[in-house]
Amino acid sequence: MRINGIRFFLCLLLLLLWGTVACQRTSGDAGQKTLHYFTWSDYVGPELLAEFERRHGVHVVVDTFSSNEELLAKLQGGATGYDVTVPSDFMAAIMIQQGLVAELDSTKLPNAATLEDHLQHLPFDPTQRFAIPYLWGTVGIGYDSAVVATPPDSWAVLWDVRYTGKISMLNDQREVFGAVLRSMGASMNTKDPALIEAAKARLLVQKPLVKAYASEHYDQLLASGDVVLAHGWGGPVARAMIDRPSIRYVVPKEGGTLWADCLVVLKSSPRKELAMQFINYLLEPQVAARTAERLLFASANKAARPFVPSRILDNPAIYPPLDLLPRLEWMTDVGAALRMYDRAWTELKMH
Amino acid sequence: MKSSPPAGRAESSGPVASWWLLGPGLLWMGLLFVVPLSLVLVISFAERGTYGGIVWSLSLTNYLDLLHPLYAHILGQSILLAAVTTMLCLIMGFPLAYYIARAAPGRQGMLLLLVMIPFWTNFLVRTYAWMFILRTEGLLNTLLLKLGVIAAPIELLYSNTAVVIGLVYGYLPFMVLPLFVALEQVDRTLVEAAWDLYATRWVILRRIIVPLARPGIMAGCLLVFIPSLGAFLTPDLLGGARSMMVGNLIQHEFLVARDWPLGAAISCLLMLFVMGMMRWLLHAAKPVSRQEDAS
Repeated sequence: MRINGIRFFLCLLLLLLWGTVACQRTSGDAGQKTLHYFTWSDYVGPELLAEFERRHGVHVVVDTFSSNEELLAKLQGGATGYDVTVPSDFMAAIMIQQGLVAELDSTKLPNAATLEDHLQHLPFDPTQRFAIPYLWGTVGIGYDSAVVATPPDSWAVLWDVRYTGKISMLNDQREVFGAVLRSMGASMNTKDPALIEAAKARLLVQKPLVKAYASEHYDQLLASGDVVLAHGWGGPVARAMIDRPSIRYVVPKEGGTLWADCLVVLKSSPRKELAMQFINYLLEPQVAARTAERLLFASANKAARPFVPSRILDNPAIYPPLDLLPRLEWMTDVGAALRMYDRAWTELKMH
Repeated sequence: MKSSPPAGRAESSGPVASWWLLGPGLLWMGLLFVVPLSLVLVISFAERGTYGGIVWSLSLTNYLDLLHPLYAHILGQSILLAAVTTMLCLIMGFPLAYYIARAAPGRQGMLLLLVMIPFWTNFLVRTYAWMFILRTEGLLNTLLLKLGVIAAPIELLYSNTAVVIGLVYGYLPFMVLPLFVALEQVDRTLVEAAWDLYATRWVILRRIIVPLARPGIMAGCLLVFIPSLGAFLTPDLLGGARSMMVGNLIQHEFLVARDWPLGAAISCLLMLFVMGMMRWLLHAAKPVSRQEDAS
């Protein structure tokens, strides 16, 4: 009994200690100059962070998430203490709607004045009150030009039976449906049940050709030759090009997704001033150029272009040619229609 | 079960002491099991907000939506895959556990350690390793091609076969360990007596060893079947996300569709199903064991 009593008190003590440590972590940080950056994994060069820390005499703590939905879930679940985060466009729209994002002070963000023209007025935040585009790109098709002899220019190539078992699609219902809807000449944000149903029928026809639905490792699939056509974001396709130089990237003529990850300051941030300095720093032309070079995604700051190596600038998988823009579309939240997409996606997976 | 605890000492400490001892466990279970589970139950009756939040209400919409045959199909396929996994684990695990149970005590520890070594590496990493083994140009195909067993590479990765391979690999230790415990306790003199009475190997296995190891078999099967049923990583990575198991569906609703109420409703139905199945299993097992006891 005595030993067990001691054990119990040890447990209790541990629990209390754990509690106080947790409290100290949050309260202690507010006193020091520490910035909490909540971002995608491997989304910022450590040397760039170190430079910001040196310049401002602060400490930057990086936490990572793996999807927009995870980010939202964590913030809605009450995660506080984060200052700056990077949602994608549609998620930034949701976070603004939900009141999670603080208003920005444009006088603190001089580097945001030179954004790419098409990123200056995002549909969900036309005056940049809440979100500053950081990196941007397209969704298209990565293909192995050694196997796919005629360069594809249409989404229809993903239905070509010659490539049965050599095709990968993103494991993302909105992107997959978006590609099909565009190939049908419709908007990827349609809420029309008939169109969604028709898109599902086309995807069911495609399914026997698809080797895998993958959002994370399709660059490896392309590089290893397991697939020769991959539906995906440009950056990972550009990464596959390093290992297999015959890889090419195309945005089909019917058009595709235009995306931008946006820097925002969270409303719950206790250090909004420092947070804006950080955003301004990330947009600094040289810093932005180094980020684009490292991550293989285009920087939203036009002023960064002169500092980006031409092999990055001229790679359409990284820097989309600007004449593509009229054919690209932002993905928007479809509200209640999401359950239709959801049901159709589940049905696709079950066949 | 086997040896009742020294009753006198337990009673002398009195009920107050036992409550003290139960305290941490109860607190733990209450905070980390009962509360979250109740939340899931409550959320399953709510509705999804336009932007993915939870709108509190008392509606059966989610459950009515789940009446669609699609969901029965997903559950059916998951049960099938989990059942196949469990059977394969049992078939492979039983001889292994028996061998370890009959090994010299000195070697037993070593053998058990070998069974548990995979746990030292993260499951995700091990699953990626299987991707490299099963790929078209992977280890297995290269080896079989070199040996001349096959003429063209076999497409193993991104199929239900790959999912079952991954699940069996991942959950085999959960079958072996309880089986080992049960088999080790089988009284060897009973087996010897059966030999003396001219029982064949098959009869000894079927009439003596298996009935005595039944609790271990049940425990092993449950420990493999239930997590296999809820698996979502393996179907995504080794199955190429070409089909969904119920675990993927729940993950999809919570993390991708941001439809917590529907995800919670699916979770509740799955739990109900598993509980029902366990009750049925325990019920089905009972009369048999009594019969064995009597004979």
